[in-house]
Amino acid sequence: MKERYLQRKLVDAAVRGLCLLATVAALIPLGLVLFYVTSRGIGGLDWAFFTELPKPVGETGGGMANALLGTLELVGLACLFGIPPGVLAGVYLAEFGKHRFAKLVRFSADVMSGVPSITIGIFVYTLIVLRTKSFSAYAGGVALAVLMLPTVTRTTEELLRLVPEALREAALGLGVPKWRATLSVVLRTAAPGIATGIMLAIARVAGETAPLLFTAFNNAFWPTGLAQPTASLPVQIYTYAVSPYDDWHQKAWAAALVLIGMVLVLNVSARVLVRHRVRSR
Amino acid sequence: MTSRTAAPLTRRRSRLMALLGAEVNAGDLVFRGVAALFAITIVLVLGAMAIQMWVAARPSIAHSGWRFIVGRDWDPVRDSFGALPFIYGTLVSSLLALGIAVPVSLGVAVFLTELAPPWLRSPVSFLVELLAAVPSVIYGLWGIFALAPFLRNHLEPFLGKTLGFLPLFQGPHQGFGMLAGGIILAIMITPTISSVSREVLRAVPETLREGALALGCTRWEALRHTILPYARSGIVGAIILGLGRALGETMAITMVIGNRADISASLFAPGYTMASVIANEFTEATGDIYLGALAEIGLLLFAVTLILNVVARLLVWRVGRAPEGARG
Repeated sequence: MKERYLQRKLVDAAVRGLCLLATVAALIPLGLVLFYVTSRGIGGLDWAFFTELPKPVGETGGGMANALLGTLELVGLACLFGIPPGVLAGVYLAEFGKHRFAKLVRFSADVMSGVPSITIGIFVYTLIVLRTKSFSAYAGGVALAVLMLPTVTRTTEELLRLVPEALREAALGLGVPKWRATLSVVLRTAAPGIATGIMLAIARVAGETAPLLFTAFNNAFWPTGLAQPTASLPVQIYTYAVSPYDDWHQKAWAAALVLIGMVLVLNVSARVLVRHRVRSR
Repeated sequence: MTSRTAAPLTRRRSRLMALLGAEVNAGDLVFRGVAALFAITIVLVLGAMAIQMWVAARPSIAHSGWRFIVGRDWDPVRDSFGALPFIYGTLVSSLLALGIAVPVSLGVAVFLTELAPPWLRSPVSFLVELLAAVPSVIYGLWGIFALAPFLRNHLEPFLGKTLGFLPLFQGPHQGFGMLAGGIILAIMITPTISSVSREVLRAVPETLREGALALGCTRWEALRHTILPYARSGIVGAIILGLGRALGETMAITMVIGNRADISASLFAPGYTMASVIANEFTEATGDIYLGALAEIGLLLFAVTLILNVVARLLVWRVGRAPEGARG
């Protein structure tokens, strides 16, 4: 009897140990990636990296200013095309969505968030690039917007549902029409949370490469317009990483450091925002 | 309770206004219409995706027929398109990734819901989520310069020496190959599987847990005999969601799998995946049939991930909507 008890205790301890081990094991790659990117990338960050164009093969020096600018441009376009529809669709689901149609929308959004990003690239290529006969920042922006759309919609819906019903009733009770109540009371109450969700969505699309490969493509020069092929940090990292030149590898690490810095800042500040809000309640 | 009173109130108000001859607020109608329009957009985009891919793939479907998914010969110059090596590479790398990621992710999920002290839970789960936030291309970069050399110089020689009698672990040590691809994918899907499983475990009623512990179960026995059986379908859903991500993952695996359209039993040998071939060849594809062949691979990927997602969501949803009797 005593032995059996001991055995059960031992098995329990072993499982606990394994779970702890699994958690540590899962976090090791994160530490390694951050370590490599920082230690190898930091040396490549100089003034030229942020201000100059890439140099042709064989010449050292130069920077990635165009790719930085391009990423900002693409993410900006994605926000423009992705956030307003996403938020409004979320509003529809939360405020009017009690029918079967809303279920279909919700389901589509969930399914869409699982579609591989590369197929979104093909979709936008056939939709825009083939028609306009040119790779463009527009096409890249649309591809990223399609990626953002389901996340923004579902986050908005979930956060609007958290707004207390009494607030809606109070607004309506004052004689305000429903659209005003929704826009200036309900949406405003949920705004910080929605902003957090949007920041996370931006962080995700800012690092996306696959959908840009055949929509925004790449460009070695300053962006001159939104209808031109546009360089971006992730695509540039990819191009440099698979190239055979050491100088380019160094640039890829530096760009990775900048990109991961952006993503981490967005993630951490989103988290701080949430915690701040929870505490202030 | 509150929502029940709100709806009739507004309805009565608009009915009253209609009776008085006042119009139903035009702003409300417009607002609702605009919101509905954008909601429809989501459904339309998903539909348009399916249709566009189908249209783009049609020349290839007409050209290759069934040979497309059973043929092993991929030679664009001779218009011969057999995608089997890519399908094989995608399946093997994803299954390998699941083999590594499932035990680890379940360990993480159990640790975070059942074992870890409360103060540790939220920072650790934040770190696990950061794992998902690292861009794919950065995993690829790390894979090329850190993981692949490590595999070539250390792990593959070790596996070859100890398990070399299996065909899985034979052949030259190259670093870039199926094994590297599987490991990178495993790292990338771990956060997906563990965070969904964690949600599922959290949805298990507290009474079940307490009941088992009160009967004298150890934590492990409570987990094994009450919590896991209850959460099983949701955990399967989480694994399927992870599989969906692994199948569609593009950049990181393209950078480490070696990109050679061979079917080899060895995990050390280079392979090729469906997403990788699209990424590598799409911009260079000339002619309707070649482009169509790549689009057809995309369509297959789209269809498979779509089905996996639907199944997974249904499974996860089932745990959240538990049978009445089990609720506390």
